[in-house]
Amino acid sequence: MEYVWAFVVGGLICTVGQLLIDLTKLTPARILVSFVVAGTVLGALGWYQPLIDFAGAGATVPLTGFGSMLAKGMREAIDKDGLLGIFTGGFTACAAGVTAAIIFGLAVALIFKRTDRTLQE
Amino acid sequence: MAQFIKDGTVLLNNGASACSYAAAVGKMEGDGPLGHCFDYISDGAELGEKTWEKAESKLQQYAFEIALGKGKLQKQDISVIFAGDLLNQCTGSAYGLRDSEVPFIGLYGACSTMAESLMLASVCADMRLGRYFAAITSSHFCSAERQFRFPINYGGVRPPTAQWTATASGCCITKPCDKPPYIKAVTAGKITDMGIKDANNMGAAMAGAAYDSLSRHMENMKRTPDDYDAIFTGDLGQVGTDILHELFEKRGVDITQVHKDCGLMLYDREKQDVHAGGSGCGCSASVLCGHILPQIAAGELHNVLFAATGALMSTTMSQQGESIPGISHVVEISDNI
Amino acid sequence: MDISKKEYEQTAKKHAGSSKLYITLPKAFLIGGAICCLGELFLNIYQRYAGLDFDTAAAYTSITLVFLSALFTGFGWYEKIAKHGGAGTLVPITGFANAVVSPALEFKTEGYVLGTGAKMFVIAGPVIVYGISAAFIYGIIYYIYGFFA
Repeated sequence: MEYVWAFVVGGLICTVGQLLIDLTKLTPARILVSFVVAGTVLGALGWYQPLIDFAGAGATVPLTGFGSMLAKGMREAIDKDGLLGIFTGGFTACAAGVTAAIIFGLAVALIFKRTDRTLQE
Repeated sequence: MAQFIKDGTVLLNNGASACSYAAAVGKMEGDGPLGHCFDYISDGAELGEKTWEKAESKLQQYAFEIALGKGKLQKQDISVIFAGDLLNQCTGSAYGLRDSEVPFIGLYGACSTMAESLMLASVCADMRLGRYFAAITSSHFCSAERQFRFPINYGGVRPPTAQWTATASGCCITKPCDKPPYIKAVTAGKITDMGIKDANNMGAAMAGAAYDSLSRHMENMKRTPDDYDAIFTGDLGQVGTDILHELFEKRGVDITQVHKDCGLMLYDREKQDVHAGGSGCGCSASVLCGHILPQIAAGELHNVLFAATGALMSTTMSQQGESIPGISHVVEISDNI
Repeated sequence: MDISKKEYEQTAKKHAGSSKLYITLPKAFLIGGAICCLGELFLNIYQRYAGLDFDTAAAYTSITLVFLSALFTGFGWYEKIAKHGGAGTLVPITGFANAVVSPALEFKTEGYVLGTGAKMFVIAGPVIVYGISAAFIYGIIYYIYGFFA
């Protein structure tokens, strides 16, 4: 059952993004930014955690989950380090994902050859 | 001697001939409905080069060399090259032709560059300013994509109005009046900005310019669409074509019988995923040099208008919220003098 | 020019075919849902077989998905899925990874420092900038609130 809810909730969050693409003139970059900021706000208000408890990866995998993680990390860092936490919380929270993207990005750039997209199959 | 009519239209009284022409294209274009027309079809977009920019330069170089060969000319015979492409600093032309040792004039007219260069090469030939003149342009899907849009492997979403930049190059060599095809008149386009801001809808940004230049050319030359076997626009795609038809229809002129769009001819939109059609300098250039000019030379077409259309878009200005200026130059080509 | 911008705008609007929502929405739902489902699978494996708590397992899930997305981007597969997926491939963390990896690969022709290094965040950069800034503002509010609570 948890897979069904992960599928449905994750799918619905993506459908909201698709609606924004099709009905507004928002570019992909703007949509990503709105999703992360929206996730941060929802996480800050404590409204996103129930969705994570309910749908698991369906809520953590979309970028809104990334945003809510930023809010959560911020809370934990301030509880631990006080004022300094405001400056360390954000990056600490997203460190795993961003570091993975940088390292794997670099590795792909080193290993792979560009693909020729004009060769449509 | 070339005679100024009015409002940008020049009549080429002495006559200029397109004496040799060649088109070099990529695999997708070679697989399209006009594949059999092209002189060189590469098996991919790379052409053995390490970067897309170098590949585009090579494509342009090929088109030039093949056109020289077909006309049994040496590069020393060419008085001036008029060339341009879509990339910053006209990379494809400057680097593709840097070893040519021929006087070079670089042009930027976005996707209208084939008509722009052919117009200048024809006027020079008509005025006997030299023996032979070359008009060359190119575009490359991957080099255009990375400059104007996203990296090749990025999963961006293309709206249905988007067009596919052709990987293609065309070269047309002109000389003073000799044999058909003859270039009989040209009309320089005006920058026409109809307020379209959507960088994913170039057809709409350019259709206004095509309407302005075509109607001006026909008015100045006292012609109607019925005087032509075909009117080719550059790369309006499906969206721009529909807009152009409606604009003419509202003025009581029916061009649907004779109008064709190079952006819709180059690809099979049913089988090839190019959305609203092809675009890029190389799109109209390869259709002109591979299909239109040979048909005129063979007597299958008699009187033709070639109106390549360009969107003079700057990505910086688009981000600053400006609308997209369009332009279209018209060249009248015929099999009789 | 005998056509006003207003008239032109109306004509252009009429012919600008819009996306077919009945195709794009289900595709985004299915592909986005499938990616999240894959995430759920990893999340379960890490919790059940590696004995990790939820947050740690979620972090490893992100790393795994980023790795897979990087691999798919390298092979040129991610773009092929994204053609159908739309927001379904854009919104999950795999879309973020694709936005980082694709310029890293594309711009290596300009060198590993000025190309790959400098251009890596050309698309995804705003996500970091505004995500961190939003969290920072929240941090200030949370910190001040702490004095009164």
